[in-house]
Amino acid sequence: METLQDIETKKATTTSPTFKGSGSQMLLNALIEEGVSTIFGYPGGAIMPIYDALYDYADKLEHILVRHEQGGIHAAQGYARTSGKVGVAFATSGPGATNLVTGLADAQIDSTPLVCITGQVFAHLLGTDAFQETDVINITTPVTKWNYQITDAKEIPEVLAKAFYIAKSGRPGPVLIDITKNAQLQIEEFEAYVKCNHIRSYRPKPKVRIEFIEEAAKLINSAQKPFVLFGQGVILGNAEKEFKAFIEKTGIPAAWTIMGEGAIPTDHPLNVGMLGMHGNYGPNVLTNEADVIIAIGMRFDDRVTGRLDKYAKQAKIVHLDIDPAEIDKNVKAEVGVWGDCKETLPILTNLAKENKHETWLAQFRDYNQQEIDQVITPELYPSGEEMTMGEVLRNINEICGGEAIIVTDVGQHQMVACRYAKFNNTRSNITSGGLGTMGFGLPAAIGAKYGAPNKTVIAIIGDGGFQMTPQELGTIMQFGAAVKILILNNRFLGMVRQWQQLFHDKRYSFVNITSPDFVALAKAYYIAADKVDERANLRKALETMINHEGSYLLEVMVGRENNVFPMVPQGMSVSEIRLK
Amino acid sequence: MSNDTIKYIPGDANYEGKQDFTITVYAEDRVGLLNRISIIFSKRKINIDSLNTSPSEIAGIHRFTILINESYEVVRKLARQIEKQVEVLKVYFNTDSEVIWQELALYKVSTEEITEKVTVERLLRQYGATAVVIRKDYTVFSVTGHKEETDALVKALEPYELIEFVRSARVAIIKDSAGFHEKLKEFEAEEPGEERVENEFLDKGDKIFTM
Repeated sequence: METLQDIETKKATTTSPTFKGSGSQMLLNALIEEGVSTIFGYPGGAIMPIYDALYDYADKLEHILVRHEQGGIHAAQGYARTSGKVGVAFATSGPGATNLVTGLADAQIDSTPLVCITGQVFAHLLGTDAFQETDVINITTPVTKWNYQITDAKEIPEVLAKAFYIAKSGRPGPVLIDITKNAQLQIEEFEAYVKCNHIRSYRPKPKVRIEFIEEAAKLINSAQKPFVLFGQGVILGNAEKEFKAFIEKTGIPAAWTIMGEGAIPTDHPLNVGMLGMHGNYGPNVLTNEADVIIAIGMRFDDRVTGRLDKYAKQAKIVHLDIDPAEIDKNVKAEVGVWGDCKETLPILTNLAKENKHETWLAQFRDYNQQEIDQVITPELYPSGEEMTMGEVLRNINEICGGEAIIVTDVGQHQMVACRYAKFNNTRSNITSGGLGTMGFGLPAAIGAKYGAPNKTVIAIIGDGGFQMTPQELGTIMQFGAAVKILILNNRFLGMVRQWQQLFHDKRYSFVNITSPDFVALAKAYYIAADKVDERANLRKALETMINHEGSYLLEVMVGRENNVFPMVPQGMSVSEIRLK
Repeated sequence: MSNDTIKYIPGDANYEGKQDFTITVYAEDRVGLLNRISIIFSKRKINIDSLNTSPSEIAGIHRFTILINESYEVVRKLARQIEKQVEVLKVYFNTDSEVIWQELALYKVSTEEITEKVTVERLLRQYGATAVVIRKDYTVFSVTGHKEETDALVKALEPYELIEFVRSARVAIIKDSAGFHEKLKEFEAEEPGEERVENEFLDKGDKIFTM
């Protein structure tokens, strides 16, 4: 027999045209309406009414209890990046909210769609320095696409609808909604939830202007040495197919920023490799030889351009971007094509002439051969006793065949993984590109697995980065995300050490980091684990890890003082890239 | 004629050096938006010379008038960053020759000083000041004009007893603007109308008013 309370609960949890209930229930209904199924969060005093409501939504919303709010937001980022959906994170007020800041900054600079919900003290306590009160709106303003504080439950449906619309439309980004406790508790009669598709002051994407595309096509058609640089914009715009059609018709070699990696398969004949500081030899050198550069959904980050006043000065730049603020920001464009590349690329492809740039492509191949001989072969097939990060990646490629999702942390292993990992599919390379957040890897991999449950997710992390967010092993233990954790341990903060070696006379200042027994640590969390310190056991250990049913941690001891090359030293031109 | 041969002077958008720019921002009236806009400047360590917030010609839409001394290139980037904010409708930036502007200054002087010294009275006449308050102990004058004018009076009053001085932010009207009414209709339509790229690629032929 149903009790009165059961009936009340049932009434409260079904969304109907009008709904009477608490602000907290309305919030959860809104999430369901927006297609949210997974939330990464951590409860606390000021968000308790929302968690209380969540208790009744267990069948509709899966909540993953992380071990730290930073872990929660990185997981939401990983989820958004693999699934293409909006990632959702919950945190309480005060420290809970401030712990989100790193993830917000990361999502802002890497254009990751997130909606973060933070609890806040009662509205009447705002500004009184109440317990766990912090001015989260002002703290997060520079690192959010939009944020808003709700003090009255009546605002919840409209604000949530706006939040999701803003997070995912145009150039995506993180949105934070701060809800005071009284609004969470407030009982209201709510109208039916209406999704948002227009805000008068907000233009998610500029209107496509055909005349600029025509100008771009003219430049491309007359170019002798055209060169395409692509970034994450291709992936965020779901324009992989349109992009492939463009380069295949025009026969233009294409190189990627690390955020754009995977938008076309690694072994595509026109994929000439990675741009920037640790990118490939040819793409960097030939940037300063191309006559027309077509930049698509990328923002000429300093790690890509090196010294700006010596960057592609000979080239005419065509820049396609959805965000007008990016065009002419760092590199002046001859033609700026404002708009969503899913719309602009097909028009451009249509206007572009079919072409093959054989001799130009051969130049890329020549440089590639030099890089293979001097850098890649020694890295992937080392002759020395010490294992290299590159050979670990080669083995992963051989086992997974480019089908795995690779999540990386930040540092040497990240550059090696981006350089050598093979990708057949888009949304497979998850890394902290713009912000360079150490500690991103493990929590992001958890989210990545929830976003792509049928894929093998491998988190490649250094010994330093792993020690920044190891607490998320607890999340894996409790919720069973089958993440393969691969720690490449060189017993140094390797990237900083490399710089100290090359540019600071080998003065190794605080880069000598010691580690706990990672295998024992994993086992303390009931996660299967192993450690490899010689090459003979590497392949088998990797296979065991990848074929293991659940989560697994493998520590691989690699050479202590290996450097990542090629390298464009800071302040140098891309054409001054060093092979050693 | 190539660009190299032209010597641009301040007031011209092609002048490469720093000059005063008036940035006009049409935005929703929302708590926190001022912060969102001001951090765009402070993030780049750029000082705002003056900032005024006021209603605009349209009820419910706010108008920010920001004065900075920077190069065209910098101002253009700032304007795009501001326009990118969700609650900002439109940003214009103009050189001094493209706007009509005023600032209001208030001066508090000792009444005894000005009644005793005829020169002071003459000064006030000369600078077009009006008396706002006259009391036994002090008098408050106001002057409306450009910074140079209000500054000149400060200088002139220095030998006497200038007790207090304050100047408001710049407010400005854009010479070629037809106001925001038509633009707002575009913004309110579902599909954004064909605006865009006004500062860059569009021909600048269709000015609405000329002076």
